Amino acid sequence: MGSTRFWLGLPVVVLALIVALLLLWRPLDRLTQEAPPVEEAAIERVNLTPGMISLDVRTDGSKPVVIAQAQVDTAYRVFTATPLASGARLGLTRIDIPYPWIEGEAHHIALLTATGAIIDHTIEVATATPILSGASLGLLAAVGLLLGAVPVATGLLAWPAMRSLSRPTMNFLLALTVGLLAFLLIDTIGEGLEEAAETIGRLRGTVLFWVMLAVTTLVLLAMGRAKGVAPEGLRLATFIALGIGLHNLGEGLAVGAALATGSAALATFLVIGFTIHNVTEGIGIAVPIADERPKFMQFAGLAALAGFPAIVGTVLGTQAVSPLWIAVCFGVGAGAILQVIIEVGALILRRSGPGQWLSTPVAAGVTAGLGIMYATALLV
Amino acid sequence: MTGTRSLTGFDRRKFLGRVAAATALLPAVGDAALAQQASGHAGHDQGGNRVVGEVDHATNGFDPHKILWDFDVGTVSTQSDGRQLREWTITAIDHEFEVAPGIKFAGWSYNGRVPGPTLRCTEGERLRIRFINSSSHPHSMHFHSIHPARMDGVSGPSLVAPGGEFTYELDAKPFGCHLYHCHAIPLKRHIHKGLYGVFIVDPDPTRHPEASLQAESRLMGSPENAKWQEMVMVMNAFDTNFDDENEFYCVNSIPFAYFDKPIRIEKERPVRIYLVNITEFDPINSVHVHANFFDFYDHGTTLTPTHRTIDTVMMCQAQRGIIEMSFADHEPGIYMFHAHQSEFAELGWMSHFEVV
Repeated sequence: MGSTRFWLGLPVVVLALIVALLLLWRPLDRLTQEAPPVEEAAIERVNLTPGMISLDVRTDGSKPVVIAQAQVDTAYRVFTATPLASGARLGLTRIDIPYPWIEGEAHHIALLTATGAIIDHTIEVATATPILSGASLGLLAAVGLLLGAVPVATGLLAWPAMRSLSRPTMNFLLALTVGLLAFLLIDTIGEGLEEAAETIGRLRGTVLFWVMLAVTTLVLLAMGRAKGVAPEGLRLATFIALGIGLHNLGEGLAVGAALATGSAALATFLVIGFTIHNVTEGIGIAVPIADERPKFMQFAGLAALAGFPAIVGTVLGTQAVSPLWIAVCFGVGAGAILQVIIEVGALILRRSGPGQWLSTPVAAGVTAGLGIMYATALLV
Repeated sequence: MTGTRSLTGFDRRKFLGRVAAATALLPAVGDAALAQQASGHAGHDQGGNRVVGEVDHATNGFDPHKILWDFDVGTVSTQSDGRQLREWTITAIDHEFEVAPGIKFAGWSYNGRVPGPTLRCTEGERLRIRFINSSSHPHSMHFHSIHPARMDGVSGPSLVAPGGEFTYELDAKPFGCHLYHCHAIPLKRHIHKGLYGVFIVDPDPTRHPEASLQAESRLMGSPENAKWQEMVMVMNAFDTNFDDENEFYCVNSIPFAYFDKPIRIEKERPVRIYLVNITEFDPINSVHVHANFFDFYDHGTTLTPTHRTIDTVMMCQAQRGIIEMSFADHEPGIYMFHAHQSEFAELGWMSHFEVV
């Protein structure tokens, strides 16, 4: 036992010595002393209040990054930076610029660092960051409800129709669910990677996104099979609802962020399009419980699980969440969707028997699922 | 640098945002919308359009308020043929300076200042400029004047390698408000990093009997000239991130230098401005004076104005001229002058006269 501890401890001690040597002796400084400072920065959050633009700037570099001057719409502006110089590694600086920004118009921000480099950001459509009061919370919750729970519940209404269906038809519907979820997975990965790309290099947003995806899939697979059997029926429906719910959390964050910084073009048909698109998510949840007799409260629970995270996401999203956290949420959402695709796929496999899983109804179902999602996405 | 999101292409998030915003705005005007209506002018400090902090002129080695009034007449002697000889020594160096508060610019300079020294001479003199290149790149002095090809500063010995030197010899002609600048390649980089200066040739009154009073008033050191308040303004700009677009527009190198600390003008004495545009990357620059009109001598090569009674003048790069105006009938106060490209003005080319 004593020698095991010694051999495990030895690499740790040697590593500590190497790090200490590099820090004290600094042999690499000769390579870099002539090099100009490396600076990287990303504007993570934008907050607009009347007469004021506030930015959270994530900075990273070989030396502390100093925001020396600020331009709004190519004009120098008085501003305050807190702190004056952010830390060399992953520093965070808050910049407050008094500016009479104009509702609904674009504003271009350029921050100049001490080296004369520019960190730029465009506020595409200026809208005040919502101040969370009772009334605005209610409004945002309504938006979230409309994005998530309402369409899912609407889709669940189709459940009675599935009860008397033949086996090939049920296989078709299960495959349809796989198609729907595959579309959501691709969509979530796309959105997650887009957010991850906006984070600063050292945070490795893209890697973090994939890790979150993989870990979530593995954890949920393990949870689902904790009793030694693959989830079916209500349990499988619950996992599907959870996966869609986590996806909707990320989607809600994005919607909230867009609400806070995005367009306010009023178009009712877009709302209709979005609702149609998300109704298909409800159908997907209903398929595994076609043969069961769930209670009303269980239906409500499934709709809530799939839909309510969108409310939370929307409210949080308006408060300008950093792209890293949105990417993490999308990673978790994508992982949950992948788990469900695996489980529904496994269910189809078990029901169809070996060699049957790529039967015509299954292939048609997957294709139809992808097609429906794509077509309804066009409405959004 | 990250931070800019693409403006093109399909973006589901934007669509979602539209949906959400549409939904949010449907039932009632939310708190947010009410708050936006209150978003008015901040009213900070002349609208808050300025840079934050102070430039350390001492460390830079030059001060725009001193450059304004500083004419370098060199060393004068008489040649054996009786002709007046004027000599200067100019050294080019690598010169990092604070172009705006807190922002360092890796520039090049003549004699440690940007713009370089304002060389002032009189029409007909022989000029000898010893140029020493102490910078790490080849440089030259290319004069906007009438001179031989071998003195042109574009190639041969007149283009000077690091550590080398060359003596430019030329005649002071024609009279006017001119400039010199480095003509090494790449030209854009060599100019905008700071290698330029003003070159003034005063008219010799004896050669212009038809307008000898006007010539007299332009001749430095004459009693007629002493009545004038003469200053040098070089309109320049700096591209601090080297993307071929300027971040700062200035007069004599420091943005807003005469904004907080106005140029003091005695109202009884006329004002003459030797104005040069050396702005790189932008095709034109301009000057607009508030609440006054001026006469303008394009290139300064005439003794009668080329434009009379104007309040704005536009110039391409290397164009220059002389502004003459008077505040004698004005009430004392702060009078603005700036580029009438609003963008340049708001990026630093914004100034004040304080008429007393």
